[in-house]
Amino acid sequence: MTSDELIDLEIKLLMEGIYQVYGYDFREYSEASLRRRLLQWLSGSGFASLSLAQSSLLRDRELFATLLRGITVNVSEMFRDPPFFKAIRELVVPHLKTYPFVKIWHAGCASGEEAYSMAILLEEEGLKGRFRIYATDINEEVIRTAQAGIYPLQELQRFTRSYQQADGTGSFSDYYTARYDRAILNASLRENIVFAAHNLAVDADFGEMNLILCRNVMIYFKQPLKERVLGLFDSSLVPGGFLCLGTKESLHHRRISDRYEAITPRMQIYRKRYAK
Amino acid sequence: MPNSRGGHFKAVVLGVSTGGVAALKFILGALPPDFPIPVLIVTHITPDSDDSLAVLLDTLSAIRIKEADEMEAITSGTVYLAPANYHLLVEREHLLALSIDPPVNFARPSVDVLFESAAEVYGPALIGVIMTGAGNDGSNGLLKIKNRGGMTIVQDPADAKMDDMPRSALHVVKADHVVCLKEIPALLMRLIQRKP
Repeated sequence: MTSDELIDLEIKLLMEGIYQVYGYDFREYSEASLRRRLLQWLSGSGFASLSLAQSSLLRDRELFATLLRGITVNVSEMFRDPPFFKAIRELVVPHLKTYPFVKIWHAGCASGEEAYSMAILLEEEGLKGRFRIYATDINEEVIRTAQAGIYPLQELQRFTRSYQQADGTGSFSDYYTARYDRAILNASLRENIVFAAHNLAVDADFGEMNLILCRNVMIYFKQPLKERVLGLFDSSLVPGGFLCLGTKESLHHRRISDRYEAITPRMQIYRKRYAK
Repeated sequence: MPNSRGGHFKAVVLGVSTGGVAALKFILGALPPDFPIPVLIVTHITPDSDDSLAVLLDTLSAIRIKEADEMEAITSGTVYLAPANYHLLVEREHLLALSIDPPVNFARPSVDVLFESAAEVYGPALIGVIMTGAGNDGSNGLLKIKNRGGMTIVQDPADAKMDDMPRSALHVVKADHVVCLKEIPALLMRLIQRKP
């Protein structure tokens, strides 16, 4: 057995242990990224191998929390992929406007940047007071960050260009208040978002959603977990609802594919068909 | 560890940055459509690029060139380009994986991320190539390829449009081959035991 194969085995054993002790299921995560993240955690942990770390990880919840952060924290940006948000504005919002109230599930929201982006977009499109975003993530710690809505000022300023490219109709700086090197997003934006911990690998669906966003989350999952999550989304979406994936994800060859149609060739935005 | 001089290579990984488009046009244009192993490429492109580079290179070359899709099976005779704003990695089952993990060496896609994950999967059956570019992305990845018994090729810094990346790689790794751009296609063909 090569040293790389040995590491793969250690990862498998550790993931099994973590599932049994803490209930977090990473057994169906794709290996390449998981291995990279775990080895990065290991290099800063002081342990010589994952096997040596395992004994402590399964007993020490706080140590485990540092590992969980290392495995699950996804980076997020406001208006990442401006053309995507532009497409939402032009192709999805007109449909959403026909509902008295719109429910949106943002699965894998990380520190909340994209959920806030969506709230800004919907307010600008005149849906203020008529929508709620349920933003969930596996990691409770990042949920707290998202809830606070406080980001480094420099980062927010960096997102101004993306906001403009996404056809923002206002002035981006109107959405936050800067103090020293931090900025807090307007409380009115946060009022429309419910942040909650939710684990796509083990938890149940959300009812009656009009729009689900899950972008660049499933790229870390193996096929069976992908299918499970897509099934979860399918049972949460109303007929005529929209499902949005990351730029490089698609619904090709998935179990639920037949019930969805792509509404635009370049963006991964799908609409659930009405039952025949 | 047995070294990989026997032509049993299973993949080529290639990293390039500044000056990369011209270099890729030349190398990919010189590869035959039936090149017997897959080629995985990271070139540093701006985050908002679309797949137009892959489309352009595909029209200019005989070999098939495409942007990598997530969990796509890696097939020979195909060149895969990492998409903008995603890291490209290799799964044990020879599938392509994408990630939006933070930039490495200020880059996403990063050459190191591709090289390190490919080295873990292909071991001595991998050829790594570092070409023209600014910065030092790819040096650690090339070292990992070398440490796993793979073959390492670096473009001669004197021949590179930007010599940082090759120079940095040579500082970290004693490369098996240091060659000019125009020699790289023939070298690859020779290594996989075929005359161009």
